[in-house]
Amino acid sequence: MRSYKHVIRLTLFLGIVSWLTLLVTDLVVLFGQVNHIQSGVPEGLRTVLLEIFFIALFFYYKFITGRAERVNFIDLLWRVFATGLLATIVSLTIFLFYQLLGNSRLAENIFLINFFYLIIFGLVTAFLTSTLMVWKELILYQKSKRLLTLWSVFEYTLLLSILLSFFPLNPIGYFYSTVLLVLLVLGLVLSVNLKWVAYLDFRQKWKSIIIMMAIAIFLAYFFLDLNSYAQNYSQVLPMELQDNLYISALFGFTFIYSLFSLLVILFNLPTSSVFEQKLEEVINFQRLSQSTQDGYNVEQIYEILLDSSVKAVFADAAWIEVEDGTKSLLLTKNISKDKVKVLKDQLQDEVNQPEIIRPLPLPLPNEDYRQRRKRHRMLKLPEYRSVLWIPLIVKNTNIGVLVILKEVADGYNKEMIGIINTFASQACISVENFQLLGETLENERYKEELKIANRVQRSLLPKKPISNDAFDIVAFSEAADQVGGDYYDIYQINHHKFIIIIGDVSGKGTSAAFHMSQMKGVFHSLAQLDLSPDKFLEYANSALSRCLEKTSFITASFFVVDIEQRSIEFARAGHCPTLYYSAQEKHACFLESKGLGLGILRDKRFNNYIEVNKKNYQSGDVVVLYTDGITEALNAEHEQFGYERLKCNIEKNADKEPALQQQLLIQQLYDFCGNRILDDDYTVLIIRFK
Amino acid sequence: MVNVGIEFKDDYCLITVDGEVDASSSIYLDEAMHRAVESNTKKILVDCKNLRYISSAGLGVFMSYIQELENKQIKLVLFNMNSKVYKVFEILGLHQLLTIVSTEEEAKVLSDEL
Repeated sequence: MRSYKHVIRLTLFLGIVSWLTLLVTDLVVLFGQVNHIQSGVPEGLRTVLLEIFFIALFFYYKFITGRAERVNFIDLLWRVFATGLLATIVSLTIFLFYQLLGNSRLAENIFLINFFYLIIFGLVTAFLTSTLMVWKELILYQKSKRLLTLWSVFEYTLLLSILLSFFPLNPIGYFYSTVLLVLLVLGLVLSVNLKWVAYLDFRQKWKSIIIMMAIAIFLAYFFLDLNSYAQNYSQVLPMELQDNLYISALFGFTFIYSLFSLLVILFNLPTSSVFEQKLEEVINFQRLSQSTQDGYNVEQIYEILLDSSVKAVFADAAWIEVEDGTKSLLLTKNISKDKVKVLKDQLQDEVNQPEIIRPLPLPLPNEDYRQRRKRHRMLKLPEYRSVLWIPLIVKNTNIGVLVILKEVADGYNKEMIGIINTFASQACISVENFQLLGETLENERYKEELKIANRVQRSLLPKKPISNDAFDIVAFSEAADQVGGDYYDIYQINHHKFIIIIGDVSGKGTSAAFHMSQMKGVFHSLAQLDLSPDKFLEYANSALSRCLEKTSFITASFFVVDIEQRSIEFARAGHCPTLYYSAQEKHACFLESKGLGLGILRDKRFNNYIEVNKKNYQSGDVVVLYTDGITEALNAEHEQFGYERLKCNIEKNADKEPALQQQLLIQQLYDFCGNRILDDDYTVLIIRFK
Repeated sequence: MVNVGIEFKDDYCLITVDGEVDASSSIYLDEAMHRAVESNTKKILVDCKNLRYISSAGLGVFMSYIQELENKQIKLVLFNMNSKVYKVFEILGLHQLLTIVSTEEEAKVLSDEL
């Protein structure tokens, strides 16, 4: 951009300097001729100066003319008009000046004649060059590669024609005419590029016509003016500049293009309203399709639909009626709501086709949705002789109707119906999107709620591993859904007694999670009573039987660890058998015993099924409590993880720290399952005695 | 996932369970059990030959009918159960409350005796 500015300044400076020098040289030569003195001005100097002037102006205007993508067409035309007007005013002033002088001696002064001639000529050249460059922008609007090449050829040929002034060419000569003809033919071919005209609205077209007419008149006036000036004073002018090839070509081309533009704009005037209409339809369509992003609500979408439909078909009135399950909506345009009621009754009476208001039957399997959306009807009323009735279908249900009214008969052509149908279906899609967006937001909210539930549930489980003089305990629990039904807890009764429980609520998800929290309540109440395992489970069964669902039950294993006696006492309520690793035997086994799940028998009979076992532990022994999510985890081949893999894993890693044991077990479980998502809650609790 | 069939024979009702019974498919088992219990039959036989897997929710279905069967004095016998599935019943302790035998003949005889 900076370099452009330099070029512009340089060319302007060069243009002015070359023009002034040309003026001075001309006058000096003239003075020499008059006084029969050798002026000492070289023969070709003036030609060179003239060429520098042309080229400087050419590049000055080339760089100063903005790109039409950024600049308004009318602004561009105004610029040309202003330059032309300035040149005309100056030329007219000179003309007036001569008129005032009459036949005085001053009017005959050849220096003054030459001076004015050069002024007019300079201004006309500037006008022609600026017009050329503006025309270039207009022609190259929405350019193709071919067009760009053609223009380049034209531009280079013009530049070449400037250089041709070096040779004293005869204006009526063969070569001169050929080059001029080539330039004019090229200009003619280029002049058919008038795409910009289509983008003018009606007002702009009128403005353009007036400006173009003025420009054409300017051009004609200058052409005639320069020629008459030259003819009048031919004997006193050192050279006839207007016979220059470049100037002639410029005159020809700019005039041709102004004329073409003028005619095309003129003939485009009647159709411009159609073009504007189409443009508005596109904009409305865009508004409808982007309405969801732009934060419109459903009612606004219907309003846009109503508005754009009325405009698109020049309707006299219209209404939209929507029954959307909970609420009904009636939007009207140029018609009162009471009137709509009357018309609705009339329509139903007149056509007596009940299906137009009844919801449409479900689509056939092969039916195209878009076809379906185009189920308009043409109806007639005494007052409105063309009635277009378009059902609005969202998610396969007829939610309402758009009715467009025109007083004239046969008011809609195929195009209009097409447009209205497109609008209606786009509006329906937008409404559908809007509803989907609402549903998504709702789902997001539920997800958030579940996240909270997940946090709350996690807080129900002991977080930190427990470590004391007698044992280390680590635990790991993961739910298949956000919340689950696995439970474990550890409670210290006195300085040497601990109780440990693991439980699994049948089923998974939210209902299991509720029962799990009930179990925690029961556990903590009973824990304080220092009960034996069988009593504990009996009370737990009795308490839970009153609150569990009919089909729900809970399996649990209950342990009392006495670190003074170095013993464990345990009972099983239908829970997976505990894995016990003996450090002395270097062997693990499942502690099988009688038992029954909590909540299966909801009376005293339950007590008969519970059995208590007691065991003394040694240093290094490991107890593994787990839920069936571990043993029943499936791999890709639908094979269960099973008891054997669990046992082997524990035996292999029994001498390691419990935290590491747990990590290795979970790792093996994940490796086993591969990409399969675990579909049950799973928990593992590892106790290692010291 | 699961295919639950129900047949009303002369003096008993035969339910066949095919496939895997998990939380979502347990409703079909529940439906069949409900129909059997609501009919006037006094004997319900459940063929578990093709029952490959049963989750805790599936066990919950059998469990939830124990009281009702007792009240209505309907006999329920499960048979043809594979060892893996039996193990699941066993761990929960349901094998102590339900009658589980190996063959259909045994089941028929047993349901007569009970």
